[in-house]
Amino acid sequence: MIPAAFDYLAPASLDEAIDLLARHGPDAKILSGGMSLIPAMKIRLAEPAVIVDINGIPDFEYLREEGGQLHIGAMTRESAFEQSGLVRHGYPILFETAKVIADPLVRNRATIGGNIAHADPANDHPATMLAVGATIVARGPNGTREIAADDFFNGFFSTALEDGEMVTEIRVPAPTARTGSTYLKFERKVGDYAIAAVAVNLEVDEAGHCTSARIGLTNVSDVPMRARNAESALIGHAVNAKSIEAASREAAAECDPKADLRGPVEYKRDLVRVLAGRAIGRAVARAQGRTH
Amino acid sequence: MSLREIHLTVNGEARTATVENRLLLVHCIRENLGLTGTHVGCETSHCGACTIHVEGTPVKSCTMFAVQADGKSITTVEGLAGPDGISPVQEGFWEEHGLQCGFCTPGMMMTATALVRVEEEPSEAEIREAISGNLCRCTGYVNIVRAIQFAHRKIHSPAPVPVMAHEGGE
Ligand SMILES: Cc1cc2nc3c(=O)[nH]c(=O)nc-3n(C[C@H](O)[C@H](O)[C@H](O)COP(=O)(O)OP(=O)(O)OC[C@H]3O[C@@H](n4cnc5c(N)ncnc54)[C@H](O)[C@@H]3O)c2cc1C
Ligand code: FES
Ligand code: FES
Repeated sequence: MIPAAFDYLAPASLDEAIDLLARHGPDAKILSGGMSLIPAMKIRLAEPAVIVDINGIPDFEYLREEGGQLHIGAMTRESAFEQSGLVRHGYPILFETAKVIADPLVRNRATIGGNIAHADPANDHPATMLAVGATIVARGPNGTREIAADDFFNGFFSTALEDGEMVTEIRVPAPTARTGSTYLKFERKVGDYAIAAVAVNLEVDEAGHCTSARIGLTNVSDVPMRARNAESALIGHAVNAKSIEAASREAAAECDPKADLRGPVEYKRDLVRVLAGRAIGRAVARAQGRTH
Repeated sequence: MSLREIHLTVNGEARTATVENRLLLVHCIRENLGLTGTHVGCETSHCGACTIHVEGTPVKSCTMFAVQADGKSITTVEGLAGPDGISPVQEGFWEEHGLQCGFCTPGMMMTATALVRVEEEPSEAEIREAISGNLCRCTGYVNIVRAIQFAHRKIHSPAPVPVMAHEGGE
């Protein structure tokens, strides 16, 4: 379990990090929390020649509201989401997502930037980012650009990031008074990746109709995915047991799980149906102010 | 093979180590610094036997490179006892029989030490959640939870801690 040798560079600023990434090209890998990269290096699944450790860059861990959005520094640790009152009360879906990632020791190191950039379909943040309609801010040699979460995850462990680009910030729109959202994960044992998980973010008007809905699914396809048919089954409809059941059946039908140690395809689909039903129900209750 | 000199504070003492970039922090602690209290259980970031504090935060030292600790202050299980003897957490593990084979114990106590700093008393569920990154194959966790409760009371409650007699105890 000894990683291959590498050159270690620890830039003291974002500019320096971008320069180093440009200079070393595809030989270089960014090291943030290291909770996915170091395990992969130990089994030699990853053998980067150069490591660019971004832990020493100042002011890279923050959670602040600005212009109707939550701005999250890419190096913000999962544990910071758990400890933040702003997240817990204002963005419960982010609290619920961080809380079920790995275990508390891993969460003390793991970062949201790494979790998203790694784009493991089993990672928990991507589905939530799809559900909340987050914007991912990336910086590279040609400057800064904003990428919608919908355009960010484009393949198995693959993202819209160009060579030399890094995630610097994630922006999440603030919920409205009529928004309800939640993240619901089912895992084989504590600290494990999801067998399946469902992220729901919706709005319900005073008449009890769903006016918007975005649903993200974890670990039931090669790429973190939106359950668009499930969303359509809700939008414009009265939210009740029947429409929730219809939407959860759509989610089960449109996901694309693989059989593995966590279970066969039929089981995973049915799990998506059950989790989606519960998550939509909880999000609706929150949107209607019945629960928090 | 490129070697690098790192300077770190280990249990309050300034130390220097010459390491390869790829050396894991846990191996640096055990082999270069000679502190073998920190254990290597799984080496796959799951078991928590390698837990230490980096700047006061408990982390798995098998999932950090030693070079990342350059300039940092770290605490290992050897740093828990003070001039007045063992720490409240160590005392809790002793009094409540919080260990059997002892393999998980150093990591367990490092996680516990960070947990009991918080003044509000953690519930049993919160304690179990806090130690969910530390695996124990022996105890079934019940006495570990009691050990942590003991330590929290000892630190935060002014009243003297009664030593509980458990079923089967002396
Ligand atoms: C025991 C264990 C259990 C786990 N369970 C879960 C789980 O249940 N759910 C879950 O979601 N995750 C889980 N993880 C993964 C963990 O959350 C990872 O930390 C996370 O996926 C990656 O974040 P990181 O900061 O550690 O990234 P790193 O490991 O440092 O990097 C991961 C990848 O992203 C790249 N990268 C990192 N930061 C950036 C950036 N800012 N811009 C561009 N690229 C970047 C790196 O080059 C690398 O390729 C688990 C990990 C362990 C060890
Ligand atoms: S040895 Fe580090 S987590 Fe098991
Ligand atoms: S006491 Fe043996 S593993 Fe915990």
